[in-house]
Amino acid sequence: MTKNHLFSLLALLLVLPLAVGCGGGDGAPETEAPAPAAEPAQGGSGSIAGAVTYSNGDPDQPIAMDADPKCAEMHADPVYTQKIVAGDDGGLANAFVYISSGLEGKKFPAPGEPHVLDQKGCQYTPHVSGMMTGQTLIIRNSDETLHNVHARPANNPEFNQGQPFQGMELERTFSKAEVMIPFKCDVHPWMASYMAALDHPFFAVTGEDGSFSIEGVPAGSYTLEVWHEELGTQTQQVEVADGAAVEANWSFGGGDAASGL
Amino acid sequence: MSETPPAPRPGRGIHRFASLLAVGVLGLIAAGGLVKSLEAGLSVPDWPLSYGMLNPPRWWEIQTVRAEHGHRLYAGLVALATVVLAVSMARRESRRWVRRLAWLAVAAVLAQALLGGLTVLLFLPPQISVTHAALAQLFLCLVSTLALVTSSWWRRAETWAPRPALRPTARLATAASGLIFVQILLGALVRHTGAGLAIPDFPLVFGGLVPAEWTGPVALHYAHRAGALAVLAVVAWLTARVWRAGGSAGLPRAATAVMSALVAVQIALGGAIVLTGRAVAPNTLHVPTGAALLATSVVAALSSWRLAGAALRRERVEGRGTALREVA
Repeated sequence: MTKNHLFSLLALLLVLPLAVGCGGGDGAPETEAPAPAAEPAQGGSGSIAGAVTYSNGDPDQPIAMDADPKCAEMHADPVYTQKIVAGDDGGLANAFVYISSGLEGKKFPAPGEPHVLDQKGCQYTPHVSGMMTGQTLIIRNSDETLHNVHARPANNPEFNQGQPFQGMELERTFSKAEVMIPFKCDVHPWMASYMAALDHPFFAVTGEDGSFSIEGVPAGSYTLEVWHEELGTQTQQVEVADGAAVEANWSFGGGDAASGL
Repeated sequence: MSETPPAPRPGRGIHRFASLLAVGVLGLIAAGGLVKSLEAGLSVPDWPLSYGMLNPPRWWEIQTVRAEHGHRLYAGLVALATVVLAVSMARRESRRWVRRLAWLAVAAVLAQALLGGLTVLLFLPPQISVTHAALAQLFLCLVSTLALVTSSWWRRAETWAPRPALRPTARLATAASGLIFVQILLGALVRHTGAGLAIPDFPLVFGGLVPAEWTGPVALHYAHRAGALAVLAVVAWLTARVWRAGGSAGLPRAATAVMSALVAVQIALGGAIVLTGRAVAPNTLHVPTGAALLATSVVAALSSWRLAGAALRRERVEGRGTALREVA
C-alpha cells in the first residue's frame, strides 16, 4: 500500500462516520410536523378503574450508591431499585395502564401544563409516568451533584444532556407516540425511569396499592394494556358506555390474569 | 529491511521519551478499557468539553465521570507528548522515514481523539467504538516502533552480520502481529456488541466444544475464543523458532518470552471475564494485555527483520562487543 493509499484510507475512516449520520446529540426540542387535519375529539364520561396485583412477592433490591459519595450521603436508609414495588396485599405499583387501541383517528389536544421528571436523591421521580405527544417535558436536577439525562426512545430522537448543577432544567417534547421511553443517567447507572408518550390522555400509573383510574373515557370498545418494566405486558378488551364505570384488573406472577400474553 | 548508510541519530533522550510514551499509551488503552468496563462512555455527554467545561464539578469523586473525563485528560496529555516527540524528531532525527512515522503517530492520535468524540456524540455506535479501539492499537504499535528504531540496539544491529536464516522467523513474527491484531478486532467487536457473555461457561462452550445453537453473538464470541487458540499456537511456534535461533537473537528472544507470558495471562483474563460475569478488573485488564501482546509482537517482528537483513555487512565479534569487518 502506497503512502497515498494510506492517507486516503485514514481520511475515509474519519469522514465515513460523519457521512453515516449525526442524528444524535442534544439538539433543540423536536418540533412536530402538523398532524393530518382532524377535529379535536371530546373526552367522554366513562371511566376505567381497577388494580394490578403481583403474587410472587420477589423483594425489590437495594442500590449501592457508593460510586458517587454525594448520592450516598443523601440517604440514611436503604434505597431500592423500584423495579418491583408490591404491597403486602399484592398491589403492584409503577404499572402503566393505557388504551392501546380503539382511539384511532381521534385527536386530543396536549395539556398546557408541562410534565416534570425530577432527579432527586439520585433517583428519578416519577419512576414510571406518561405524557402526551406535543406536551412539554421539563427535566430538572434537584441534586447537589451532576447528572446526565439520557433518553433512549425507539421512535423519537435519542438525546443525552448533561445537568452539572442543582436547579438546572431542560425542556423536551416527543412528537411520536411510544410506550415506553427509557431514561437513564450514565453517571449513576442505577437511575432509571420509563415514560410513555401517547397521543391521547387515557392512561394511568398504578399507585402503591396497585390501583388505577382513568377518567373521561369516550364511549367505545378498547384494548386496554398494562405494562411493567420487569413483568411485561398484558391486555384485555373493555366496553365503555357513557357515564359507566368499567372495572379492569390484572395479576402478574400468578395464573389468574384477565388476559395475558 | 533496507537501511540508508549510518547518519546522525537522536540521543538516548528521544528513545527514552518514546519508550515512556509507549508505556503511557498502554496506560491510556487501559483507561479506555475501564471506561467500557464501567459503561461510563456516555457519563460525560458532550465533547470536546465536559458538561460544557474543561473540568466538570466533582469529576474526581464520581466513579463513572472520573473514568470518562480522566480518559480524556490522559488522552490530551498523550497527544501533547506525541507532538513533542514528533517535533523533537523533526529537529534531531536524520532518517526521513522515522520522522514521517512520528508525524503519522501525531495524525493517529488526533484521529483517535476525533473518533472518541464522535462515539460519544453518536451514543456509542459499535462501528465507531470498534474503530476507536483498533486505532488505539495501531497508535501503540507506531509509538513502540519509534521507541525501537531510536534505541541503541537498533543502531548496534546495523553493524552485525545479516542472518538470512532469520527471515522465516521474521515472516512468522509479522504474521503473528497480523493475527493478534485481527484477534483484538474480534475482541473489540465482542466487547462493543455486548457478546462477552454470549457463551456463559469457560473453558468449555455450553458444556461442550461447539455450540449447539448459533446466534450472531455466540458466533462472534466463539470466533474470539478460536482466535485465542490460534494466537497461542502461533506465539508458541514463534517462540520455539526464535529460541532455536540462538543467543544472538537476543531482542526477539526476549520479546517472544514476554509474548508467551502475555498470551497465557490474556487467556486467563478472558476466562475470568466470563466466570465473573464481566467483573470490572479482568474486563479492563484484558484490553491493555492484548495491546501489550500486539506491541511486543511488533517489536519481535521488527527486531527479527533487523537481524535478518542488517544494512551493512558487518560481523559481530562474540564476547568483545562489536567490531567491524568488511566482508565484501
